[in-house]
Amino acid sequence: MVKLADRPLGQTSTVQSVEGSRAFRRRLLEMGLVPGVGVRIVTVAPLGDPLQIEVRGGQWSIRRDEAAQITVEDV
Amino acid sequence: MNAAAEPKRLHVVLAGNPNVGKTTLFNALTGSSAKVSNYPGITVDRKRGKLQLPGGRTAEIDDVPGTYSVNARSAEEQIALDALVGLADAPVPDVVVVCVDATSVARSCYLLLQLQELGARCVVALTMVDEAAAATPDAKDLAALLGCDVVPVTARTGAGLPQLIAAIDRASHAERRTTWRWEPGASLREKLQTVRAALPAEWTTTELHGAADDRADNALALWALTCIEPRGKGDDDELIVPDALRTAAVSAGATADVDNEAVLGRWTWLDREIPALIKKRVNRDRTQSIDRVLLHRVAGFLVFLAVMTMVFACLFWGADPLISGIEWLFDKLGGLVRSLLGDGIFTDFLVDGVIAGVGSVVVFLPQIMMLFLFLGFLEDCGYLARIAYLMDRVMRAMNLHGRAFVPMLSGFACAIPAVMATRTMERKRDRILTMMVVPLMTCSARLPIYSLVIAALLPGSHLVQAMLLVGMYLFSVITSLFAAFVLSRTVKPLKAKRLPFLIELPPYRLPRIKDVIRSMRTKSFMFLREAGTVILGCSIVLWALLYFPRELPKGSPDFPTLIEKAPTPAAKETLQDQRAALRLENSFGGKLGHTIEPVIKPLGFDWKIGVGIIGAFAAREVFVSTLGIVFGLQDADETSTPLRDSLRHEKKADGSRAYTPLMGLSLMIFFALACQCMSTLAVVRRESGSWRWPAFLFTYMTVLAYVVSFVVYQGGKLLGFS
Repeated sequence: MVKLADRPLGQTSTVQSVEGSRAFRRRLLEMGLVPGVGVRIVTVAPLGDPLQIEVRGGQWSIRRDEAAQITVEDV
Repeated sequence: MNAAAEPKRLHVVLAGNPNVGKTTLFNALTGSSAKVSNYPGITVDRKRGKLQLPGGRTAEIDDVPGTYSVNARSAEEQIALDALVGLADAPVPDVVVVCVDATSVARSCYLLLQLQELGARCVVALTMVDEAAAATPDAKDLAALLGCDVVPVTARTGAGLPQLIAAIDRASHAERRTTWRWEPGASLREKLQTVRAALPAEWTTTELHGAADDRADNALALWALTCIEPRGKGDDDELIVPDALRTAAVSAGATADVDNEAVLGRWTWLDREIPALIKKRVNRDRTQSIDRVLLHRVAGFLVFLAVMTMVFACLFWGADPLISGIEWLFDKLGGLVRSLLGDGIFTDFLVDGVIAGVGSVVVFLPQIMMLFLFLGFLEDCGYLARIAYLMDRVMRAMNLHGRAFVPMLSGFACAIPAVMATRTMERKRDRILTMMVVPLMTCSARLPIYSLVIAALLPGSHLVQAMLLVGMYLFSVITSLFAAFVLSRTVKPLKAKRLPFLIELPPYRLPRIKDVIRSMRTKSFMFLREAGTVILGCSIVLWALLYFPRELPKGSPDFPTLIEKAPTPAAKETLQDQRAALRLENSFGGKLGHTIEPVIKPLGFDWKIGVGIIGAFAAREVFVSTLGIVFGLQDADETSTPLRDSLRHEKKADGSRAYTPLMGLSLMIFFALACQCMSTLAVVRRESGSWRWPAFLFTYMTVLAYVVSFVVYQGGKLLGFS
């Protein structure tokens, strides 16, 4: 049980749960970041935040504190 | 149907996720028939075009803003729902064309599932098939699974378009069908029933489709349960829904459980059915290798700096020859009209009011067109989203959106295109906040004023003077970022709630030049039509203010006789200049300058500067030429030595220097902070949809300018500077 924000770069993990405000959470779920799906951090922006994550082959930018709302486990 | 009767025109809407080639498809389907207007009150482009169907029927087709889901958090996003279902003033669509990206089928189908739950007649346009290549699912299999026509299209070549049009035609004759791929549990069913009862009559299928359909009504009730939040408690702007519906949705228990059940229900189905149709992974090697460079900590930052420098250089220097060309052209045109009509009030009105006014509108076009060319290109190739990614950390500190970077940078050239560039942000709050601070950036129109004041009043070596100019630029960056910080914490509609920052970084693609040029042309026409008319009107009013009344005050010299008798052409010119100066002083604007003198005196300004400030409202650089006339120097510009000398040697009644270095500093700060630009106000009015925001902008900037100039001038005097 770790936060996505704490995962090392490039390592794929599986989504366990998504927390956070309702609208934000719903948006993540709707784009397919649902429990059971694989996710990994691809790059970190030059200033350390946000993160580029890959979900279902799509690339997204997400802030570090938002990625801390996503609980994942190792594959 | 009776063939003789006028058949109802078919209404089609085009929906899909962002970045799936929707705009290209829309352009290919509608050709030159597309018209762009605005949704009332909101700056989201409403694109509508005509579509020729088989059998001579014509359909109108609307392009819905790109969306991942019909769920909305804000009035802005609600537009998609309104257009797709036919709520508010939107017509009920007969057919919805859903763009499904062949490279990411499951995610695109999520929106389709929602639409099928709402009872829409859907047709799938399978886009990006060339990019997906072998990963493209078989259209027949996908059609069988989704229960609607699936047509692979390549908008670039036009392949698949006739088949898509035929499918739209077929769908328009089909019965409506409502399909849910998941079953709500007992508790959710109960909630849906309660909320369904609260739906306004015009939102029910009885009204919309002409026949009651409980399950489609349930889908709308589900939308209400998922999206409506208690008043004042939401994460974002409030949706426009009837109060009864809000109360019903809130009291029925709109919780995260509802979201889970619905969203996970759809995804479970998609994850079960879609993977079997995709035989191969999409090849994203190219995007990944480009990202390795462009998003690299060092290399990526250098590329970013290079791209931004290029954009800035083009806006700042590249547009210059075009701007000068336009000014030259309107100047010549004015001269021509004057020589044809001869001198007179009507000629002055035509030349100095109308022609100069039109010129002051057209002069913005080079920068607007260049900026939108860049923006369109950067957006379509996928880099604009990455700029937001790279800059988010900096912009977020000021509560600005990562995408606000490009508008802020453009603000160094001119606030007009910069304000228009805020459209690349999807949320109104982000756009407005950016619009409120962009006018603080040192635009190129402030340069002539700074140059004049620095050269005339702030002595020192060239190096010191150059440092002063750089200082003014830094000052503007700091104040605009600080203003964003303060405004976003104090002004209610601009307050940053926990705004999630979730931006898709789309695959890199070669932009279609045709699409980029088309959007640039649209933006330019919109500017001319909507902001341009306001700017023209204001120019004419300002011209009249500084032109009338024509009579000279009593006791003035008898200029016509004097000019007649002038011994040399130079003497004649001096007399004419003196007359112009007297006329300006006696005009409404000149009197206004005198009237406001007590107010601006604490800043170190006299009535002459006051008249300049009033004239500068037409455009900041006009300050210099207005000041020139006040000092009896027609055709003066910022490099004119006589004007500099006049400023330097101007004396007060007691014989002391009227304009001191301290007053010069105060004046520069006033111009740095005040919103002395009616064009900015006109374009903010146009982009924000009401006069409220430009009024706020003008007020806060003027107050800020006044207070800071006051503190600098009076404080400086107390400290013994002059």
